[in-house]
Amino acid sequence: MYTEKTIKHFREPKFAGEIKNADGVGEVGNARCGDVMKMFIKVKNGIIKDIKFQTYGCIAAIASSDAMCELAVGKTLDEALKITFKDVINQLDDLPQIKFHCSVLGTAALKKAIENYKKKHSK
Amino acid sequence: MRAKEIYLDNGASTKVDPEVIKAMLPYFDKEYGNASSLHVLGVNAKNALDKARKIIAESINAKPDEIIFTSGGTESDNSAIKGVAFAGKEKGNHIITTKIEHKAILNPCKWLESQGFNITCLSVNKDGFVDVKKLEDAITNETILVSIMHGNSEIGTIQNLEELGKVCKKHNVYFHTDACQSYTKTEIDVEKQNLDLVTINSHKIHGPKGVGALYVRKGTKIIPLLHGGDHEFKLRASTENISGIVGFAEAVKLADKKHIKRITELRDKLIEGALKIPYTKLNGPKGDKRLCNNANFSFKGIEGEGLIGYLDMEGICSSTGSACSEKSLEPSYVLKAIGSLRLTLSRFNTEKEIEHVLKVLPGIVKNLRKMSPLWKG
Repeated sequence: MYTEKTIKHFREPKFAGEIKNADGVGEVGNARCGDVMKMFIKVKNGIIKDIKFQTYGCIAAIASSDAMCELAVGKTLDEALKITFKDVINQLDDLPQIKFHCSVLGTAALKKAIENYKKKHSK
Repeated sequence: MRAKEIYLDNGASTKVDPEVIKAMLPYFDKEYGNASSLHVLGVNAKNALDKARKIIAESINAKPDEIIFTSGGTESDNSAIKGVAFAGKEKGNHIITTKIEHKAILNPCKWLESQGFNITCLSVNKDGFVDVKKLEDAITNETILVSIMHGNSEIGTIQNLEELGKVCKKHNVYFHTDACQSYTKTEIDVEKQNLDLVTINSHKIHGPKGVGALYVRKGTKIIPLLHGGDHEFKLRASTENISGIVGFAEAVKLADKKHIKRITELRDKLIEGALKIPYTKLNGPKGDKRLCNNANFSFKGIEGEGLIGYLDMEGICSSTGSACSEKSLEPSYVLKAIGSLRLTLSRFNTEKEIEHVLKVLPGIVKNLRKMSPLWKG
């Protein structure tokens, strides 16, 4: 059902965990719908220096979170906002169609984390 | 292929017993006749069919001519529900079932609703039991059938069929049970339990897939799903699947009460060990009202599929609530809103395997909780 890459991201996620004193935090989903995703970012000079996720969800949700982080780290905030769910799916070599929403969740969580950062730093 | 495999998904399907395979083999290339044929190969096939029918009838205290062989649990359920509904249309149009049935019951009922039938779905208590008083209150003059699952596939609840059957008999309503999960694991006695129809199948009891049976009490008004030849007492047309039926009967013969005791011990060891993990809950009842091979846990803060994925890496085959619903992505209707892990055992499991599961499970739970935004460690 899942590609090798998806399984690898699921088995050995590089970005699982949380960042204490993160510059931005974004959370999407709810337990009732099945998935909750939380993204933490550290930003320096407009670039995402560090990123971590916490995910309550299926194999695809965990793998998508990790793939999303891999894509976002080192990018500027504007570049990171341009990452689409299709990029996440490409990063995983593919996802079953019924799991596409998991990759959307990743982009939504990152967007929220960036918004949270911008809000905090515009004051 | 992994070197080590611990199979704990016997609620989904089971390994075919080597003895069963041995019993089946001659019916592929030696005794391959059609049981309706008059020559020697036909007679041999018919004899094998009769013998199998007798074994299965005896296992539930029924008569051989009350056993209809089918293609499996889903067909038996469909035959029972639709067959009795359409045969009983003159008497009434009301069917009672429960919210925790398999989809092979719930979806035929849903379809019958579109055909003008009324369906009542009884709710169950937190351990999955149907309240006999609620059942009695739900029966009306229009009620023609009650269908209640014997052993629940997800949380292992074994209903008190005897008590429920009495109420159905009192009100002169047909009583059907889907006993796919409980068959050979706890007593089924169609007389004692007042059963009119019983669904059983083969691949949950170490027999081949694609074969099952429906017990139909003599005199029950029922219409066949398949019309054609005069097979199965005119209740199920189609050339009999002799090898499958022989395998099914062999599987029944091999099921022994002593296995139940051993599997129960393994189950309780598993439950006891898993409950040592903090914030872990056993879903369903404890003790002898639970299927001897079923354990179902919720670990606070963790979703089911992640657990299955990590257990799979350790060579452990498990499932969430129910394997049948996995591809449809709906959270199981029995275990709404709680992530759950179902481990279902068989006689082929060993104590060592259970010990291995208990060794790796706490670490997996801890790891997934660390990853979970819902876990405040």
